[in-house]
Amino acid sequence: MKIVAVCGMGIGTSVLLKMNAEKVLAALGIDADVEAADIGVARGAAQTADIVLTSDELAPEIGDVPAEVIIIENFFDLDEITEKLTPAVQ
Amino acid sequence: MTLNLAQELSSITTKAAASDWRAAIRLAGDGLVAGGVTTEAYTEEMITAVEEHGPYIVIAPGIALAHSRPADSVLKSGLSWVSLETPVEFGHASNDPVTLVIGLAALDKSAHIDVLKAVAGVLSNKEIRGRLEAADTPDEVRDVLSSLATK
Repeated sequence: MKIVAVCGMGIGTSVLLKMNAEKVLAALGIDADVEAADIGVARGAAQTADIVLTSDELAPEIGDVPAEVIIIENFFDLDEITEKLTPAVQ
Repeated sequence: MTLNLAQELSSITTKAAASDWRAAIRLAGDGLVAGGVTTEAYTEEMITAVEEHGPYIVIAPGIALAHSRPADSVLKSGLSWVSLETPVEFGHASNDPVTLVIGLAALDKSAHIDVLKAVAGVLSNKEIRGRLEAADTPDEVRDVLSSLATK
């Protein structure tokens, strides 16, 4: 499974999102490749990803992709990430 | 936690006054400049990032991670810390208003990851976050962060 965490610049918020998504996936026992990407790269990467994680503001910029786009509001909240990611990976 | 965030922060400002989100980001940028992390151009780049992509840098309730991409304006990787006297609206749907702005500059996409992990570890703990936000002086912020690193 391939998951892309997307932010505007690819160095800050997407990296945090990737870290916390990996924690959640490890806890769920799911083997997935999580990649952090900026919005420019993400449009391409999202074509081959199963899931895209991003924020409400950036979701429209990703456009029409085959991946399931999941919006995370609080990037530090492992409960929120777990709740939203679980149905998508199982 | 082994990494001491107190030593990673190039500047700490507490109870700062900012009239709007641009002013709040400028304070974080000033901290990066003062610490020799970036040039002033980077401050404008952080503001432009929000103008272009919206307030997505407000990554959790009350917390903005101001940053732009690696560029000539970044001299080294570093972080600045600004707590605000009065919360500021960034226009985020769920995480406004902001009380803490962290300025982040990175030379590349990987060198700063351990520091970001430490930031996430500290700020995702509500009790520690409360103590940090209540701190009146930079020394108090450093003391809290240093005490975490020795645990």
